[in-house]
Amino acid sequence: MGEEAGKLSAFHFFTLSLGHLERIIMLHTFVAYVEDLPGVLTRVASLFRRLNININSLTVGRSERAGLSRLTLVCEASAEAGHRVRASLFKLENVVDVDDIAQAPSVTRELALIKVAATPQSRSQVFELVEVFRARIVDLAPESLTIEMTGVESKIEGLIQVLNEGEDRVLEICRSGKLTMRRGHHTSRVLKAMGAGPGESAEADEQTVEDSAALLPE
Amino acid sequence: MGTNATTQSANAHLTAPTRLTGAEILWATLVGEGVTQVFGYPGGAILPVYDALRKFPIHHTLVRHEQGAAHMADGYARASGKVGVAIATSGPGATNLVTGIATAMLDSIPIVCITGNVSSKILGTDAFQEVDITGITLPVTKHNFLVNRAEDIAPAVRLAFQIAKSARPGPVLVDITKDAQQATALFDFEAAKPHPVRIHPMRKIEDSGLAQAAELIRNAKRPVILAGHGIIESGAMEQVRTLAERTQIPVALTLLGLGAFPASHPLNLGMMGMHGEAWVNHAIQEADLLIACGMRFDDRVTGTTATYATKAKKIHIEVDPSEINKNIKVDVPLLGDLSEVLEQLLPRIGGRDGSAWLKTIDSIKGDAAVRDIKNLPDLGHLYAAHVIHDIWRITNGNAIVVTDVGQHQMWEAQYYHHELPRMLITSGGLGTMGFALPAAIGAKFACPEKEVWVVAGDGGFQMTAAELSTIAQEKIKINIAIINNGYLGMVRQWQEFFYERNYESTPLISPDFVKLADAHGIQGLTVHTRAEVADAVNAARSAPGTFLLNFKVEKEESVYPMIPVGAALHEMIRRPGSDPLLESPDDK
Repeated sequence: MGEEAGKLSAFHFFTLSLGHLERIIMLHTFVAYVEDLPGVLTRVASLFRRLNININSLTVGRSERAGLSRLTLVCEASAEAGHRVRASLFKLENVVDVDDIAQAPSVTRELALIKVAATPQSRSQVFELVEVFRARIVDLAPESLTIEMTGVESKIEGLIQVLNEGEDRVLEICRSGKLTMRRGHHTSRVLKAMGAGPGESAEADEQTVEDSAALLPE
Repeated sequence: MGTNATTQSANAHLTAPTRLTGAEILWATLVGEGVTQVFGYPGGAILPVYDALRKFPIHHTLVRHEQGAAHMADGYARASGKVGVAIATSGPGATNLVTGIATAMLDSIPIVCITGNVSSKILGTDAFQEVDITGITLPVTKHNFLVNRAEDIAPAVRLAFQIAKSARPGPVLVDITKDAQQATALFDFEAAKPHPVRIHPMRKIEDSGLAQAAELIRNAKRPVILAGHGIIESGAMEQVRTLAERTQIPVALTLLGLGAFPASHPLNLGMMGMHGEAWVNHAIQEADLLIACGMRFDDRVTGTTATYATKAKKIHIEVDPSEINKNIKVDVPLLGDLSEVLEQLLPRIGGRDGSAWLKTIDSIKGDAAVRDIKNLPDLGHLYAAHVIHDIWRITNGNAIVVTDVGQHQMWEAQYYHHELPRMLITSGGLGTMGFALPAAIGAKFACPEKEVWVVAGDGGFQMTAAELSTIAQEKIKINIAIINNGYLGMVRQWQEFFYERNYESTPLISPDFVKLADAHGIQGLTVHTRAEVADAVNAARSAPGTFLLNFKVEKEESVYPMIPVGAALHEMIRRPGSDPLLESPDDK
């Protein structure tokens, strides 16, 4: 389902190439490997605060590299601010690698836990929705149930919307924020040269699109 | 200061691993980093460090306020090119450093600040004099450390030095808890060596970029080199000079770039920007190519960005990738150390004839000379410009001049002509009033053989005047020129131009500065007329100790030209009434 996000950013990229560089606000997805030490997250967050950029979502966890955490940070900013963020992120001593994968083909997922007030009488309707959205029930209580849902942002939004339209009340929503990984063999370990701008060169993009076509899930 | 015997033992720590207290490790590491001079103020949470000082060959200057310590470290670094070191205790000692740290940050000055903090066991309990100084200084340091184990001190301090001076320099703070200072650990200077500097991955000098730049330079009809502070930090004075001379391209300088290119050089245009001479800014606005060397298109340099040098292609040679396209969109970024980039660029560049363009610029200059305040006849007024110009003449331009912030700072930039780098020390980016006196003390410790002048306003001088005591205690010789107009002059000038002369809160009463100096055992003199200036400057220079000159200058004089905020670079306010009776320039 990552292709939806891919389409969105491809559209953004198109408008960018029309030459309204400064005015276009676009979605940036930064991936960074940072040292797993106290205060490192503050340093990253402080950079965005200083540039007056709101962070849409931020997820951090252990990575495949010992002593390093991987974070995915989503924000809206102009292409130029995006460049500056990327350059500035790497200037932070505790940041090891930075990647802005907004335009590159990628797999993006978000996890949501949704608690719904449902009685034994009204559950079946929720069960149906859960089935349609390929979500799962992870907790069932007499007065409520909890849904676990993994997918792209739009799909999670969709489930929440239909749940809200239903008879049962949504009690609580907990979302992880986006997790993103490049498609194909490319990794986020090495920052791309600045000439190619956010994302990477056109050939590399084509290459990965082909790779990923064969690998598309669902 | 340690004796010879202790000096040897201190240096012995550097070769063989030894068990030391954290406090001793700190000093031994500083010795290993080549530090001989620090500026600081003791207090409870840093006392173990002060207790261990006597064993090490480092001179400590006791300041009167920690802001002074940070500015002294800053002045020391700017004058010497080495890393300056400031020390303070926890809580208020640490917070008092902040203005000085931010000053160094905005001007990319390598300083290392050491602060004590409460013991790690009570960190976060709002203990007496506890403050989260690493949190507070996070946005105004290049990096900072909270160290709570003795064995971490040496690696942190060594890394701090590396960070402070590498790539684009800047301030680094190391906060050390009291228990870490008291505990012991094995000190191994070599083992504490940091990894090699990480090169920013966007820092690549690409062949295509060099070729494009060379092509632009070859084809340019009206090129200008914009010379900034990066030239001095990179040590690229020779390369910039070669570039300018070979291509006959004129050079405009930023405030912090003054001295990076000799003032007397025929290709030197002078300072650009808000108070730059008219011809400099006109040249930039008319240019078809700007070659920016180690400068960052600050708003004081560009005027409103929408109208900045719209006809010009721009080459930006810069070590910090986050500066590219930040304020001004550039055509060819060359990311790397300036001297390295120029070494690679110069072989691709041949001679060119720049005479037509230089002639055009020369023709704009004529008009400016008659408006020059320096050429006003002596009608009994004492103008700051005259004072500074006379100091320049009498010192042969060979003094280190340390300015404060405001009108006098701009007059210094206009009327003291700097031939060499590290001879003008001034707070550009942050514009910190109170900077001059402590920074001059730092500069004097860095260059004891050089003549050091403070040029400060009556307002800024009072912000850190307590450091006169430091001068008295250290028995150093500097010369102080207070440009005293009874106003916060630059603010008054803005009120005159933009707030209908509503001089709200800008007139100020000052103490009798000569008496104030006298109270510190420092000689002084008040000067009222232009005729007295030269004698007074000579008296200050020949006095054995520090000498203070209180110049009572014209009260409502303004700095011209001036580009109002929000205006284009060529839309400047000029000195009113270009009076034709004026003399021609007699010097420069």
